Amino acid sequence: MTTASTESLFTPATESLFRRRRTTDRVMTIIMLSAAVLAVTPLVLIVFHVLTHGIGALSLSLLTEDPNPAGRPGGGVRNSIVGSAIMVGMATAIGAPIAIACGVFLSEYGQNRLGTVLRFLVDVLAGMPSITIGLFIYSLVVLPNKKFTAIAGAMALAVILIPVVARITEEMLLLVPRSLREAAFALGAPRWRTVMTVVLPTALPGIVTGLMLALSRIAGEAAPLLFTSLGNQFFSTDPFSAIDALPTRIYFYASGPFDYWHEQAWAMSLLLVGFILVVSLIVRALAGTKVTVRQ
Amino acid sequence: MNEPGSPAAIGERSPMDLRPTQTMATPNANGDDKAPKRIALRVDHISAWYGNKLAVSDITLDVDAHSVTALIGPSGCGKSTLLRCMNRMHEVTPRGRVEGKVILEGEDIYGAGTDPTRVRQRIGMVFQKPNPFPTMSIEENVAAGLRFMSITSKSEIADRVENSLKAAALWDEVKNDLKKPGIALSGGQQQRLCIARAIAVEPEVVLMDEPCSALDPLATLKVEDLMRTLAVKYTIVIVTHNMQQAARVSDRTAFMLAGEGGFGQLIEYRPTDEIFTNPSDKRTEDYITGRFG
Repeated sequence: MTTASTESLFTPATESLFRRRRTTDRVMTIIMLSAAVLAVTPLVLIVFHVLTHGIGALSLSLLTEDPNPAGRPGGGVRNSIVGSAIMVGMATAIGAPIAIACGVFLSEYGQNRLGTVLRFLVDVLAGMPSITIGLFIYSLVVLPNKKFTAIAGAMALAVILIPVVARITEEMLLLVPRSLREAAFALGAPRWRTVMTVVLPTALPGIVTGLMLALSRIAGEAAPLLFTSLGNQFFSTDPFSAIDALPTRIYFYASGPFDYWHEQAWAMSLLLVGFILVVSLIVRALAGTKVTVRQ
Repeated sequence: MNEPGSPAAIGERSPMDLRPTQTMATPNANGDDKAPKRIALRVDHISAWYGNKLAVSDITLDVDAHSVTALIGPSGCGKSTLLRCMNRMHEVTPRGRVEGKVILEGEDIYGAGTDPTRVRQRIGMVFQKPNPFPTMSIEENVAAGLRFMSITSKSEIADRVENSLKAAALWDEVKNDLKKPGIALSGGQQQRLCIARAIAVEPEVVLMDEPCSALDPLATLKVEDLMRTLAVKYTIVIVTHNMQQAARVSDRTAFMLAGEGGFGQLIEYRPTDEIFTNPSDKRTEDYITGRFG
């Protein structure tokens, strides 16, 4: 360090020290920026790849027609789109109420040993491989009924959705300031009323965000559907019979022998990516409104 | 009441005036200034803990009906904790525990079988930071407590909302914006909204926990004016660490201090003019003359 000399703040010694620090700073910044770019590169490549391969087979007939008999080019995947919508819808109808109630319990009543145990179990379920969940529903629902059904598929998807939405709900409820809960208590509101009229509505944008993210995740799941809803090359809306879905149709077409199948598989991938993109944009918009409400 | 916001209302008295200059329109229920005060709330040997830590120890004081009672003292002396014991809000805090009694109209609010939600409807609270419900409009905020009481009559709710906003001196400023979100108001307006919300359920006692500490001086004066007006109908207990405020608004003042053990005790509880002009305890004198705290 500098000695008694106080003539200049920048002695040769401090200047070389500063130069070294500046260089280190720049090098580290560049390394971390490169890592960040590397992390999102696959996304750019995927979107580009899916777009170039899938745009060719994307047409109105793909959306409005059902599959042709195998080997005859043309036709569409209306059955898969409708099937996916039905199963994702049913999974949400089954899973969202359970998940939100579970999140409310964890946040409002789970600050104890029982809550800690439940929270851990929910986390384990969230990490469960989706194919395992498919097998579980297969043995629990499909085997006893001797039938692949849309309901079974929706149940498998619901099991995937529940832990994700439950934990996000919990986090969002914990973000609601204590002062609002106390304001409601001080007005003589019992705890459940406080939750229903103050805490849940305040956290609603965040909970909807979490639900949308979970939706886009289960919409792309193929593994849990292979043993539950199986797939169906004919149009069906019957919840008690096998039904098609976009991810399973992609799986069958991509591993099949025909070129037009491969193209249609790419086009379906493009549809899924587009769906996820739209959901992400909606989520961003929702998150944005939440921020303005806070201010 | 003066027109809220008019210069006359604000300039009426100096902020440094140490005496409660605003007298009540009717000093008490029977209009007789000399009549003995009725006791609204009796704090009877109250002690409160956070987990194992004793926060306030063995406090006994009587709160006069239709008056403003101030709790003063340096930070950490337990005045907010004591206030929160008066409507069973302390037990809402994690690991909060209370011993002792608080008697409201002859009934112990901590008595066996007492419903804390009913207690809180009769003893309302206004918090340090304005906390209107962010998802609700101005109107819905004021009506929130009525909904908790399961009052559903639309006309009754509308009447009570209007009366409460008038009583909180906010009506003229918001009467055309009742559907707007409560958090769109300014800080001072939000705090008066919270006061309107608290009195809409027609409590007997309103507890205020440093209600002006997040407000600017003008908004503070408005809320202080409001306290004097509200004391005609309600019993007010206010926590403040602003001694001038205690002197301006309160009829009686309790001085609290945390001693060696770190827990708050009641040092002196007397009429406000006496405690500020002629304190009987050396520690009170040291505090009000600014020697510590």
